[in-house]
Amino acid sequence: MGNVVVWAVWVVAAFSCIASGIAVVSFTNPFYSALALIGNLASLAVLYLLLSAEFVAAAQVLVYAGAVMVMFLFVTAYLGGRADAPWAGGPSWQAVGAVTAAAAILVEVIVVIGLKAGGRLSHEASIDSGFGSPHRIGRLFLTNHLLAFEITSVVLLVAAVGAVILGAHSRASHPLEDAR
Amino acid sequence: MSGPAVSWYLAVAAFLFATGALGVLLRRSPLIILLSLEIMLNGANLALIAFSRHYGESSGQIFALAVMAVAASEVVVGLGLIVAIARRRIDLDVDKLSTLRG
Repeated sequence: MGNVVVWAVWVVAAFSCIASGIAVVSFTNPFYSALALIGNLASLAVLYLLLSAEFVAAAQVLVYAGAVMVMFLFVTAYLGGRADAPWAGGPSWQAVGAVTAAAAILVEVIVVIGLKAGGRLSHEASIDSGFGSPHRIGRLFLTNHLLAFEITSVVLLVAAVGAVILGAHSRASHPLEDAR
Repeated sequence: MSGPAVSWYLAVAAFLFATGALGVLLRRSPLIILLSLEIMLNGANLALIAFSRHYGESSGQIFALAVMAVAASEVVVGLGLIVAIARRRIDLDVDKLSTLRG
């Protein structure tokens, strides 16, 4: 019984994940694309929950669907009609090449994983109930992975400073003006 | 838990990554390219978490959280660039930003 429920939730989450991913790529209005990406992130959070990664699922919803996507929607609203992204433009061989390259990446990933890990993917390791809990993740962050934790904070700080500099200098000088 | 095997999750992850790559290659609006990059990063995250569950090892989830922080930083810088481009009244089209072409 529980098996069927897990499979049903997985199928719904996986298909809404893939469908919203395709929707993000195909909409011409970035606002709708961003909304579709929020659906994509929400269904991914469901998949994370099925993989018993509770803390990552919560962080996904809070950080991505909460903070990052709101910023995206603000910028899209700030740009207004200029943000529209029509499909037209560029020679058609570029589109053919892009589709071929994406299909090649898909086939390559599947083949490599199948060749390298195919035999070992059958039996799953058993986990205890604390797996993926905030307690476990927080302890790992402050013991085994302390360096990664600190580097992450530096990366975020650098990104914030960079965004401020980009915003402050864009009024003062116009070196990109020739690109018009 | 007796749900789908890890290979099903990996298939979804690979498909997401390919969808994001298609968007990055195909679209010309920097906004949509950033959104497609997010899809690619999320595909990689799903694979990390699927393997983390498969091997019963939490380090994959730590890596996924680090990837999330990097994605947030990337969006901050990318959106800053897009706003700076828009303020100079340049078209939001990555093919027209060719000043650095040699």
